[in-house]
Amino acid sequence: MRKKLLEIKGLKTTFFTDDGQIPAVDDIDFSVHEGEILGIVGESGSGKSVTSLSIMGLIPSPPGKITGGEILLDDQNLVTLSDKQMQKIRGKDVAMIFQEPMTSLNPLFTIGDQLKEAILIHNPKWSKKEAFARAIEIMKLVGLPRAEELLKDYPHQLSGGMRQRVMIAMALVCDPKVLIADEPTTALDVTIQAQILQLMKDLNKRLNTAVLLITHDLGVVAETCERVIVMYAGQIVEEAPIQEIFVNPKHPYTQGLIKSVPDMRYKKDNLYSIPGSVPKPGSIQEGCRFAARCEFAMERCVQETPPLYEAAEQHKSRCFLLEKQEVEQHVESVVES
Amino acid sequence: MKDQSNRLVKADPFYSMCKDFNAFHAKVYFENNRGVKKMLHYMGRRLSQLIPVLLGMTFIVFMLIRAIPGNPAQVILGQQATKEAVEALNASLGLDKPWYTQYFSYLGGIFQGDLGVSLRTKLPVSEEIFPYLAATAELALFAMIIAVIVGVNAGIISAWFQNSWFDYVAMVVALIGVSVPVFWLGLMEQWAFSNQLGWFPTSGRENVRDPITAITHFYLLDTLIQGRFDQFTEVIKRLVLPGMALATIPMAIIARMTRSSMLEVMRSDYVRTARAKGQKMFIVVYKHALKNAVIPVLTVIGLQTGLLLGGAILTETIFSWPGIGRYIYDAIGFRDYPVIQSGILVIAFIFIMINLIVDLLYTVIDPRIKYK
Repeated sequence: MRKKLLEIKGLKTTFFTDDGQIPAVDDIDFSVHEGEILGIVGESGSGKSVTSLSIMGLIPSPPGKITGGEILLDDQNLVTLSDKQMQKIRGKDVAMIFQEPMTSLNPLFTIGDQLKEAILIHNPKWSKKEAFARAIEIMKLVGLPRAEELLKDYPHQLSGGMRQRVMIAMALVCDPKVLIADEPTTALDVTIQAQILQLMKDLNKRLNTAVLLITHDLGVVAETCERVIVMYAGQIVEEAPIQEIFVNPKHPYTQGLIKSVPDMRYKKDNLYSIPGSVPKPGSIQEGCRFAARCEFAMERCVQETPPLYEAAEQHKSRCFLLEKQEVEQHVESVVES
Repeated sequence: MKDQSNRLVKADPFYSMCKDFNAFHAKVYFENNRGVKKMLHYMGRRLSQLIPVLLGMTFIVFMLIRAIPGNPAQVILGQQATKEAVEALNASLGLDKPWYTQYFSYLGGIFQGDLGVSLRTKLPVSEEIFPYLAATAELALFAMIIAVIVGVNAGIISAWFQNSWFDYVAMVVALIGVSVPVFWLGLMEQWAFSNQLGWFPTSGRENVRDPITAITHFYLLDTLIQGRFDQFTEVIKRLVLPGMALATIPMAIIARMTRSSMLEVMRSDYVRTARAKGQKMFIVVYKHALKNAVIPVLTVIGLQTGLLLGGAILTETIFSWPGIGRYIYDAIGFRDYPVIQSGILVIAFIFIMINLIVDLLYTVIDPRIKYK
């Protein structure tokens, strides 16, 4: 097995609002290994973005705060670092690209200025010429043609796909160990989406940069990732290699998600959707967080919170159904009724 | 990381491209040049739009001042003057002619650069007005520099540390700043800093016992040109109190505008991107955020500078500042029609020019704003 690069242990990120404390991310554990592409899937509000911003130390504060746990990057705990120390890590060891390429680049500076800035922050001794050369090199690497001319352009002169390529270039320019991509293709149209995903896969292979890909799109996950984490209401509900999750999903939520993916082969009148909606942050109670929407929910699900069960090797799921005994009892009762 | 990159650089076809670098710059220069041409074109159009505005304004002012009771001859000759004497003087001043004759001869003069002759001093307004204008400009610029430096920074820090004690204090002070009457503030300053503490002179632009030889009428410049540093500090001392009084309102408005504009920008995605790159917070705020937040602030700065240059009559009166506000105010007392008309015309022209400059600055800041 490959070396663990980034390890998240018991991370808790809470938002302190006027309506009370909202645990957006509640006690999650996972790790990103060298050179892998790990996907995090979940609906909006499941805590995916908060997780990624927590790693970057960019949780808007106030109101947000990391209230517990550790984020270990090469055995260094990022949670305890000051903002000044984090500045040295952001962009250099861990880089991030965002959902909205249209607004993520500063509209008043040229692409070149912004790329060179990213280079010079972490390589202050470089001359402008060296930075320029590196900027050209990285632009070519992400497949941007006419790099020299593009550097003189402002973001509004570029298309969405090109801007996202620029964002990727900017994130990779200092050879980070981990690249966090927060819904990088959501705002792009489908053909561009495929290109950007292909680019990320290529770069992952060529540069051996580990990628943490956050998305709500299972199709994206299937195409790109090696391992997947499914999040629901601030918790990890399932974690498995890509094959496992599609062939043998254990958690009812994951099963629901997979069922919701439209399939061209079967024409149905209605597309499947999981009944109900994600619980409002702050309204979360004891028990399994998915219980209210779960078709297999038992009494026990409302009373206690299920732990993460080891379903198979590298496959974990937070569902009581994985307790053999429970399953048998439950099946019996269903049969009886 | 650096070694690896250097190696990559040497292997890269970029080196051959470097030869084309000069050609590349020539192209950029050409494009910039085209931008300048566009800007000149825009300026020309804006200036031609200026003419009807100023014409309309001269007409309104011309009619309004003639609606004030009393006439110049009466004021010049006093209450006891005979009717014949007043009529004779009116005739010699040309005020007996119908209003449209007077108006068009005044307009004709303006197009030849003649702003008329003061009825009171018999001097051409275009000559007479300059020292007053310079006095006001010096004071207004001094005040605006204080207002911009303090106001913009207070606004930035308030937004940066939103809901901190600094934010609360600054915004309360700014609220007081916009509401405090200038004449009261001016008097309180004189009482505190001049009367009680004795730090600054009470009023006036120069020490009457040590008058300044005027060259440009901007005394800060004049004293420097003549190497009179003692007089230079004297001029600065005399600028401080009226400058602070005049700066208060713009400072407060600028601070509030900067704060709200910055708050919006600080939440934007590109600010988060800049932080994600590992940029220092100070540079994120003062480079990435400020440049995006500055346009509405610039608009306010332009408007306020225009207002201050329009003559701050109250401040100029309290501090005996021989500025354009006082000049026009005195002229109204004497019904000195040419001075009032031309004085207001000059102020309006300056006001419009400042706003034109602000509009042009927008394009310098934001490449997305294009003038057609």
